[in-house]
Amino acid sequence: MPEEKVGVYICHCGHNIAGAVDVEAVAEWAKGLPNVTVSRDYKFMCSSLGQELIEEDIKEQGLTRVVVASCSPHMHERTFRTACERAGLNPYLFEMANIREHASWVHPDNVQAATDKAKALVSGAVHRVVYNKPLDAMEVPVEPTTLVVGGGIAGIQAALEIADAGYPVVLVEREPSIGGHMAQLDKTFPTLDCSACILTPKMFDVAMHPNITLLTYSEVEKVEGYVGNFEVTIRKKARKINEADCTGCGTCWEKCPKKVVDEVYESGLGYRTAIYRPFPQAVPKYPVIDVETCTYYQTGKCRVCEKFCPTGAINFDQEDELITYKIGNVILATGYDQFDPRRIPEYGYGRLANVFTSLEFERMVNASGPTDGQMVLRDGVTVPKSVAIVHCVGSRDRRYNQYCSAVCCMYSLKFAHLVKERVGGEVYNFYMDIRTSAKGYEEFYHRLLEEGVHFVRGRVSKITGAARQPGEEGKLIVQCEDTLIGKQRRIPVDMVVLSAGMEPRHDAAEVGHLFGISCSVDGFFIERHPKLDPVATMTDGIYIAGVCQGPKDIPASVAQGAGAAARVLSVIGKGSVRLEPVRATIDEANCSGCRICNTMCPYSAIDYIEDLKVSRVNPALCKGCGTCVAACPSQVITGAHFTYEQITAQIDGVLFDVLHQPVAEPV
Amino acid sequence: MSENGKDFDPVLVGFLCNWCSYRAADLAGMSRLGYPPNLRDIRIMCTGRMDPAWVLHALRNGADGVLILGCHPGECHYVEGNYKAIRRINLLKRTLKQLGVEDERVQLHWASASEGVQFAEIVQRATDQVRALGPLNWKRNLQDSSDLAAAAGAHLAHEGA
Repeated sequence: MPEEKVGVYICHCGHNIAGAVDVEAVAEWAKGLPNVTVSRDYKFMCSSLGQELIEEDIKEQGLTRVVVASCSPHMHERTFRTACERAGLNPYLFEMANIREHASWVHPDNVQAATDKAKALVSGAVHRVVYNKPLDAMEVPVEPTTLVVGGGIAGIQAALEIADAGYPVVLVEREPSIGGHMAQLDKTFPTLDCSACILTPKMFDVAMHPNITLLTYSEVEKVEGYVGNFEVTIRKKARKINEADCTGCGTCWEKCPKKVVDEVYESGLGYRTAIYRPFPQAVPKYPVIDVETCTYYQTGKCRVCEKFCPTGAINFDQEDELITYKIGNVILATGYDQFDPRRIPEYGYGRLANVFTSLEFERMVNASGPTDGQMVLRDGVTVPKSVAIVHCVGSRDRRYNQYCSAVCCMYSLKFAHLVKERVGGEVYNFYMDIRTSAKGYEEFYHRLLEEGVHFVRGRVSKITGAARQPGEEGKLIVQCEDTLIGKQRRIPVDMVVLSAGMEPRHDAAEVGHLFGISCSVDGFFIERHPKLDPVATMTDGIYIAGVCQGPKDIPASVAQGAGAAARVLSVIGKGSVRLEPVRATIDEANCSGCRICNTMCPYSAIDYIEDLKVSRVNPALCKGCGTCVAACPSQVITGAHFTYEQITAQIDGVLFDVLHQPVAEPV
Repeated sequence: MSENGKDFDPVLVGFLCNWCSYRAADLAGMSRLGYPPNLRDIRIMCTGRMDPAWVLHALRNGADGVLILGCHPGECHYVEGNYKAIRRINLLKRTLKQLGVEDERVQLHWASASEGVQFAEIVQRATDQVRALGPLNWKRNLQDSSDLAAAAGAHLAHEGA
């Protein structure tokens, strides 16, 4: 074992570690471990005083290695590495033992066991750290272009912030227009200003901005590279329209004979044509031909749009285009899908005509929607005299989603207000708890209480058309236990609106995998830290904003969009990033040239040098997984910072109390 | 530590990949899920880095079992490292079987970053299984056949290189 001067620091983390681990005993015990020069315990190692303690010891005691036993390295490894670096010690000569998440927090009732485990983990780190080698982070330049995926309000905000700062942005949107869910909404709570009025100027800014390349009707197909230096391939789906010729006059969709239900923008409530522009304020203004429903693509006849187009912009032969960009950072703002209430059969959505989803209701009350803003039943003429609004549909329900969707209470209150304002009928809100915790929200709730809206506390058990009592005929009966009066109630209404919650996009897991980030149990993307780093992810250069990170409303999405942009701008502004020097190198003198590693590498980072008959790792492509290291039959590939010796020493370290003589000595 | 089998407390060494299972373990901690304190974990970047010799090293030096945890198939941060691990660990387990090491002593499992609960369950189950097996007794196993002992020596020599 090499001789080094190791400093060991055991963190109390207030009561978090010290509550279950006898930290003083561990620190005292660690003094007896090989190479340990200093061993201390301290209340909060991550505090500036804690870090100074390490720095002073490095300088005064001449420490050559440092071990901190505290929280997860995902939390504070960077903090302590930086502290070592400040004191002149190479940051990779530092090792962390996770005695909080992996010991005190999981064995809280067994101080002896938690302390023993902490000792084992500390011993592992102490044994390993003496084999650690100084490493230098590779500094690479950052491409100034940022990719923003998703053109909803979060993505729009992020794109505009970066573009306004003078850097190029590529904004990719799957649908034919940007705008996202916000473009579907009529009014926004709690100010009741019109959604389109505040959104469309921003959409227009995006379209006009010289620094933004807008790619709608496009999807990211491939992502290669690493922070600062991604290469992203985008499939620009064929619109079948020559954008250069199209003026967006609208003749084509006026003449198109094929009508189909618009499941996206109109949420199934209205129709669009086969060649269509999703909504009047769409950005860009060009329509798109939906080849799945277009008569020409189905039968080979029609081409009416082509006949009437005044500029000859229709191009039936247009093909998908693959475009590759060099990208420095990525912001994912991919939004959400609405919970499908068909999954709750007792609510009758899809079976009972006058049960609507919240997005259908949004479209219905929107002046540019399918009913021109008329609040009517499914027959298109009857004005409802009574409306039930059911909260928490698919949210806060263990059968579907356990989480609260955060926006439904407020938009349900908004709906209640709109019913009162437009048709003046009776409104019943069926709620479990009213959650109005943001600026101006509680005041809005009080306003609704004064407007005479009924609030019934309880989860609706059933919505049915089967009348049992006089007055119920021809109505929808909402059945619920009113928990405030302790009685079952049956309330007959004309219309039911289901306040459906937010769910992760159906393909969030695939998108996450494409960009190398993970989803939480709920399916939303995981942030680097839930409180202190909500827009970054564990993968450097990939940021998240808006509902793809978790349910939130418009102001929060805008804030995250801007926050993610600020994070990206700080990277671009610096001009370069430091890459983890965890990568593989081949000892060419001893390489037999068998080429097994070449086939193992998932990034094709290993080249075979024909002249020398050896393999060589391209450090810019290597991501440091170590698959080749484990595969090399000659053991001549070194995986930096996870070398054979380091891990073997750590194994010996964690087994300090049971280590016994091997039965067969190495020959 | 008593080895009479009754109050035998096994020692397990865990190899956790940085991206999924180490964070599953972190999540188990953040969620304050209790699980047996028998696992002593080591972080590696990917299960594709898992050198089978480390399993032998741990077993030789006092571990009663080894757990290797990675991302679910198809979810590897490095595309396919976990597939490499499946092949290597299964091959190693066949060798270990011939040396008399019970199957449950070396286990390969998956836990994604969101599966703190599953992580805790895996540790609980593996600890129970190894506890039921009792201490690993290389000597007894190897004395059964001198050929096997020689084979083990060859393996361990590779590791000492």
